[in-house]
Amino acid sequence: MHGRVKVKSTAQQEEEKRKEREKKLKIYTAARDACFSKRKDGVCDEEALHLTQQLLSSNPDFATLWNYRREILMHQETVKDESEVQKMYQNELSFLESCLKVNPKSYGSWHHRSWVSERAPQMDWARELSLCDRCLSLDDRNFHCWDYRRIVVKKSAVPVGKELEFTDRLIGSNFSNYSSWHYRSTLLPLLHPQSPESAPPSGSSPPSPQTHSHRVCEEQLLKEYELVQNAFFTDPNDQSAWFYYRWLLGRAEREEMISCVFISRDEERVAVAFSRPVQAQSGGLLLVLDGQPLQVDWRSIHPRFKHSPVWICDLPPGSINNIANEHNLTVHWPEKHTRRDCALYTGRNESWCRDSATDQELFRSELSVEKSSVLQSELQSCNQLLELEPLNKWCLLTIILLMRALDPLGYEKETLAHFQTLKEVDSMRSAYYSDLCSKFMIENTILKMEYAEVRVFSVSNKNLTTLCHLDQLLLITHINLSSNQLRHISFHFSMLQCLKVLEAENNCIENLEGVYCLPKLEEVLLKNNNIATLAALRPLATCPKLRLLDLRGNPVTQSADAESHLAELLPSVACLLL
Amino acid sequence: MAAEDLPSEFDVVLVGTGLTESVVAAACARVGQRVLHLDTRTYYASKWASFTLNALLTWIDERQSPSDEVQDWSGLLQDGEEPICLSNADSASIRNVQVFCFARSAGDAEKAGPEPPRPLEAAGGKKMTFAHLLKEGRRFNIDLVSKLMYARGSLVDLLIKSNVSRYAEFKNVTRVLTYRHGNVEQVPCSRADVFASRRLSMVEKRKLMRFLASCVEEKEEEELEGELAEFLRDQQLGDNLQHFLLHSIAMVTEDTPTRDGLASTRHFLRCLGCYGNTPFLFPVYGLGEIPQCFCRMCAVFGGVYCLRHPVSCLLLDKTANRCTALIDGRGQRIASSHFVLEEGCFYVKTLPRLSSCRSISRGVLITNRSILPGDQHQVSVVTIPSLEVGLPAVRMVELSPSTMTCAPGTYLVHLTCQSQLGSAYEDLWPVVTRMFNTAQSCDQDSRPDVLWCFYFNMDDGGAGAESDGDRLPSNVYVCSGPDAELGHERAIKQAEAIFRKIVPDQDFCPPAPNPEDILYDADDPEDPANTMDKRDKDEEPAELQEQQLQVEE
Repeated sequence: MHGRVKVKSTAQQEEEKRKEREKKLKIYTAARDACFSKRKDGVCDEEALHLTQQLLSSNPDFATLWNYRREILMHQETVKDESEVQKMYQNELSFLESCLKVNPKSYGSWHHRSWVSERAPQMDWARELSLCDRCLSLDDRNFHCWDYRRIVVKKSAVPVGKELEFTDRLIGSNFSNYSSWHYRSTLLPLLHPQSPESAPPSGSSPPSPQTHSHRVCEEQLLKEYELVQNAFFTDPNDQSAWFYYRWLLGRAEREEMISCVFISRDEERVAVAFSRPVQAQSGGLLLVLDGQPLQVDWRSIHPRFKHSPVWICDLPPGSINNIANEHNLTVHWPEKHTRRDCALYTGRNESWCRDSATDQELFRSELSVEKSSVLQSELQSCNQLLELEPLNKWCLLTIILLMRALDPLGYEKETLAHFQTLKEVDSMRSAYYSDLCSKFMIENTILKMEYAEVRVFSVSNKNLTTLCHLDQLLLITHINLSSNQLRHISFHFSMLQCLKVLEAENNCIENLEGVYCLPKLEEVLLKNNNIATLAALRPLATCPKLRLLDLRGNPVTQSADAESHLAELLPSVACLLL
Repeated sequence: MAAEDLPSEFDVVLVGTGLTESVVAAACARVGQRVLHLDTRTYYASKWASFTLNALLTWIDERQSPSDEVQDWSGLLQDGEEPICLSNADSASIRNVQVFCFARSAGDAEKAGPEPPRPLEAAGGKKMTFAHLLKEGRRFNIDLVSKLMYARGSLVDLLIKSNVSRYAEFKNVTRVLTYRHGNVEQVPCSRADVFASRRLSMVEKRKLMRFLASCVEEKEEEELEGELAEFLRDQQLGDNLQHFLLHSIAMVTEDTPTRDGLASTRHFLRCLGCYGNTPFLFPVYGLGEIPQCFCRMCAVFGGVYCLRHPVSCLLLDKTANRCTALIDGRGQRIASSHFVLEEGCFYVKTLPRLSSCRSISRGVLITNRSILPGDQHQVSVVTIPSLEVGLPAVRMVELSPSTMTCAPGTYLVHLTCQSQLGSAYEDLWPVVTRMFNTAQSCDQDSRPDVLWCFYFNMDDGGAGAESDGDRLPSNVYVCSGPDAELGHERAIKQAEAIFRKIVPDQDFCPPAPNPEDILYDADDPEDPANTMDKRDKDEEPAELQEQQLQVEE
């Protein structure tokens, strides 16, 4: 057709581009080789600076070149006067800006910029801050830039309030932004710290099991609740707001302390439980018996654990074996400036000293209980959202956590119903929910047990998939785990140092790793489980007092010589049911 | 061009440089048609034009004296041809022009327009004088048409597809507002707006977001019976949300069928978040830029342009029912295979008037501040439902100086509605007096002051039925003028339809090649100067430019 504009064909364009690329590659490799040989020769001149600049501006992710460049710059510092050095770093900063345009998420460029900001004689921090503003307005989740911003803010002492306003702005334009929410969580405690009188005493006696370091004053907290509710009512499927919400609701960390000391005359043994797993071997845990320091070897409950919540030591033979004697034991933990006393009275075989779980409000530590009226109203809001979005998993999960913080036993039924819904709407994570639910059921059972003041622990028929909080069960003599969905008795189980009877019928238990060195264990009831090999039963051999073992309904009983092998493996067992 | 004669033969001759004609011209030239594009006016874009304040005042004055002298060109006729006379004025399609000035006059009362019925000295205490406005007059770009570009509407798609977007810059409309219970309120339409809104309760936020999410999905047929207003009531959304959804998001009236209402809601939502917090874009320097951009593309591909070029008549070959040539105002006979005419130059004398009498009422105000002051550079669209029975629903677009359509310190407000009462003044005055401080109102007022305003009626280009084409000669196509809708869908659709009739087998506005990919005969590929030049341009990532418009912050 006439009058048509003639345009190069695609093949022509491709060919041109190919040639262009080839040419570029040649230049690039030549420059790279020149750089390497210069570095080898230890040359740090202006030309090297120029060469690395050429290469890095087309490929800012070449870490070796950045290193070389830093060597050159440091050398140049020594040969130039201050104004020249300042100028050199000024150029470096503007060069870096062009690199960031090529790749705004280049590790090398950002790292080099923070290095330059350290070296330069003078930095225009206001300019750096506005660079961060600009980058974050283009991509509000560029974590390199967030990192650099924190450096800039620290160096130039930007007021915390200004930074909080900055997060306001970013969250306002897009609240699906973990970085902004997280930044907020670091700023708020600085700007609106919790007033000292409302903070619970810490470090005073009796030592509080929890640090209610709520960190933000109530007035601001209420504002934050409102802000974050706006986010999750607007888009309840956005996780970032929910995570921030959980942070606001206050996850108090438990203080490291000695939660229980147990002493047994028969075994001449002391067991110490801590609020968190610790490494007591090197920590210098000191034992004082009747005023005399004792040199003892502490060991964790299982050789696998370097850190453990329970540590054991054997006392020198004969030190407490006379039942007519009374003994006073103190365990010192100098590292945390804490100690716990325990008295073993005349005529008693064992003794202990511990905090009761109810006093500690042990399991509410996920959320703070400081202001239950606040939590109650938060629960109301979430329930309101649940009415509109009955299948929203984040809402369901948050409600469960709030209910646990408020009244774990009172809300047990509702909690279980919500777990059921959760497993249905979020089936990909149903195992996680099962484990979490198991944890809560065990917590509730521990609470109930504490009220009853017994040493029997029964959690049968609760759909348990995992065991936890076993450190709380140090004193238990009888545990009933029947009719659950347990598959292992894990290593942690060896914390149950006083256990005499283990009932675990009707589960799917395959191994018994945790039934290890339990000095008082006498009966193990494992009817209808999945134990298939003798090897799985080997840990039982470490329990010296075992006399009854029920293995009926397990695959292992099918093998012809099971009985003889077991007799050999477990000579103490008098009653073996196969 | 004045003295020289034009070539005497073209493939396509277009008269009028409105949006539709300009798109057709660009599309035809792009695929190699020889195009002549004429306009009798001294400016581009016909009824889609923008004027500086000074030019607008002149335009208003000159409209008073239309000169449509009829000349006899019968000597140029060939056998079997019959002239169809063309009109050169749009006096008939723009009516009821009224101008009021409330700015303080510098000295004596000063005649601002042809009909200043209010005493000017009543406007005491205002900072800006009319003389000041005139002095800054060149900073204004006042559009005759008030529309916005849907971010994913057919105009934006076409601008991107054709690369015409390179000739213009765009701004985001930053907020959607509505007028309710005597207050201007922001309509939360994006996720960020809903999050930030202080007017909505938590539950309303959830309900709104859920409803919007559900709108994106297609609905079952039976759900779509009845009217949208009723449908919204059934969703138990509450008064607030119903108002926002009906008037500001669907932008329809109470009696719009559910199906149509949900379709326009979907369109609104589809366009959200592409460029900013609202679904709309506005061209920097005003809408009048857009037809000019297409004209420029046409010219790049060889189209010939003549403004100030009166046309006299078309020559009709009655037996073939085709027009053979056009005779221009100077008596030159120009033969062509196709003729594209703007509506208005055609109907006056020969054929019965094509469009009905429905018209658009337009108002343009220059004010001293925003109707909802906020950060600077706000560009707002405001939906104003019917204030009382019998009054029309009005759409308002408030432009800030950031759009380069008004002087610093002023705002340019466009009002648009379907005419109901006769004149634009009658239709729009009630809204203006309520929302703005005019000379009559007291000075202690939070409402913006109106400094100057201008009302007129324009034929509604959306009123004519498509079947009008049947009565035309087979190679003559008439482009409707602007319609009352907010978007440009109708004009673009019509342009494409006309293009398809002219060159049925060609692509409509394919991407224009990059300048460096065009082969010129004189271009020696070995010339080092050329290759150097090319390399520089190659560095720019071309793909990035193609998918999106460049929208300024």
